[in-house]
Amino acid sequence: MQSNVKMAGTMKKGSEAAGALSVKQDFPILAQDVAYLDSAATAQKPLHVIKALEHFYTTTNANVHRGVYAWSADATRLYEGARKKVAEFINAKPWEIVFTRNATEGINLAAHGWAGFNLKKGDRVLLTAMEHHSNIVPWQQVAKSNGAEIDYIPVTQEGTLDMAEAKKLLAKKPKLLAITHVSNVLGTINPVKELAALAHTQGALVLVDACQSVPHMPIDVKDLGCDFLVFSGHKLFAPSVGVFYARESLLKEMRPFLTGGDMIKEVTLTGATWNDIPWKFEAGTPAVAEAIALGAAIDYLNAVGMDNIQKHDEGLIRYAFKELKNVPGITVYGPENRSGVIAFNLGDVHAHDVASVLDEHGVAIRSGHHCCMPLMKLLDVPAACRMSVALYTAKEDVDALVAALREARKVFRL
Amino acid sequence: MNMFTEIIMDYYRHPRNRGKLAAPDAHARDTNPLCGDTLEMSLKVENGIVTEARFDGTGCAISQAAASMLTEQIQGKPLATAKDLNKDDVLGLLNIPISPVRLKCALLGLKVLKLAAYPKLGAELSREEEESL
Repeated sequence: MQSNVKMAGTMKKGSEAAGALSVKQDFPILAQDVAYLDSAATAQKPLHVIKALEHFYTTTNANVHRGVYAWSADATRLYEGARKKVAEFINAKPWEIVFTRNATEGINLAAHGWAGFNLKKGDRVLLTAMEHHSNIVPWQQVAKSNGAEIDYIPVTQEGTLDMAEAKKLLAKKPKLLAITHVSNVLGTINPVKELAALAHTQGALVLVDACQSVPHMPIDVKDLGCDFLVFSGHKLFAPSVGVFYARESLLKEMRPFLTGGDMIKEVTLTGATWNDIPWKFEAGTPAVAEAIALGAAIDYLNAVGMDNIQKHDEGLIRYAFKELKNVPGITVYGPENRSGVIAFNLGDVHAHDVASVLDEHGVAIRSGHHCCMPLMKLLDVPAACRMSVALYTAKEDVDALVAALREARKVFRL
Repeated sequence: MNMFTEIIMDYYRHPRNRGKLAAPDAHARDTNPLCGDTLEMSLKVENGIVTEARFDGTGCAISQAAASMLTEQIQGKPLATAKDLNKDDVLGLLNIPISPVRLKCALLGLKVLKLAAYPKLGAELSREEEESL
């Protein structure tokens, strides 16, 4: 499959840009004169993925798991083939992968399908203060209905987790630790492997939100030692489809929270029996073409090499961190050692105003609370600007951002 | 591709060992949710030997013929034979080209036979083996 991946891009050699990838030409949208620095919100799609979508709709489109005819059989084979690719990509078994609408739906599946009937009154769930709303609100909901309590691992001034507090909170024996691998605001790479091992000794299961890590580094669910893991396809250079991983034994005991067609074995007028895993959790027609395109995105990433991507992204974020720090009046949030994103503010200017000026200069960044209102409260700002990188981002994009920020300083008379 | 050979149609129209045993020593039922086939197997076991095997259910010619053939195969043999039977054995019995989309139909009988036999053998049908069926 990998041999089919058409890549125009290369990796730069030589001392100046050692380790930097040059794959921008694989992404048609980036031919436009825009410095796209919002990949953490959604990533651009390589031609290989766009072609996979086009090929599916122009040659094979049919519903899956239904027809006996060739198109339906091919669509099913491609859809289940994509599941295998995802499984291999994160070192899981194919039947441990559930395709969802997005990562949020995946966390809701864990909240309703596992926590909903496992959490008793007085049980505890442990989160962190740097979680995205998607990894807070579902737990608040299930805690409210089951009478469970939520604790949050505090975030230090440096923007890392307070590990001493984490250990104390884990000693309270929560039933679940749900934690982001990489903060979508601070870029902090959390010590998930260490925390998962600690959590397991206290009898807690571990859910990892890998949305912000999976585009930047190799992910291995066995190595991380997590029980659940979610990420979104659209942040992984594919269309909108979510991935939910859970260990086989957990998936078997979990209950479906979406029910209906395709997730059943038999239905009578008085009841129904569930299909095998993973289909038990895929009610209704799934995102067939999107999942197949996610498989194509993984082929593309494997062809580039996740290790190469990690090297490129790390180098670029180090460069951006250094360059941004040199802009007068800038406040950067979070630690130096980070992945993927840098959140900042320029003087006392509201992030939306900064982003508007940057847009006029062809620089696309995110501004707002980044679905992390508790963390923003901690940083004591209503909003922040955020730039983020991906395998196609170049130093020139960062330079364009810095130049536009210097222009913004003039506009706002800083 | 000729799936509906004389022998398949013969087993489909005149199934051997169709029915249920009154007090089976081993029994299982499963369905193929993709097409709605249902199948159950009941076995009489004496001293580890399958003395009687019956299948029952509804489904396509392929699934019903394959299940009927399997009951003939297992009768008179040690129950542990169920562990050795695999995909190729069933395809050999059917002796027709089976497209990937019809594989699940062809192998439903074998899956149910294993589901019935394994608990008596102290075994469990792993997902890995199920995927190979």
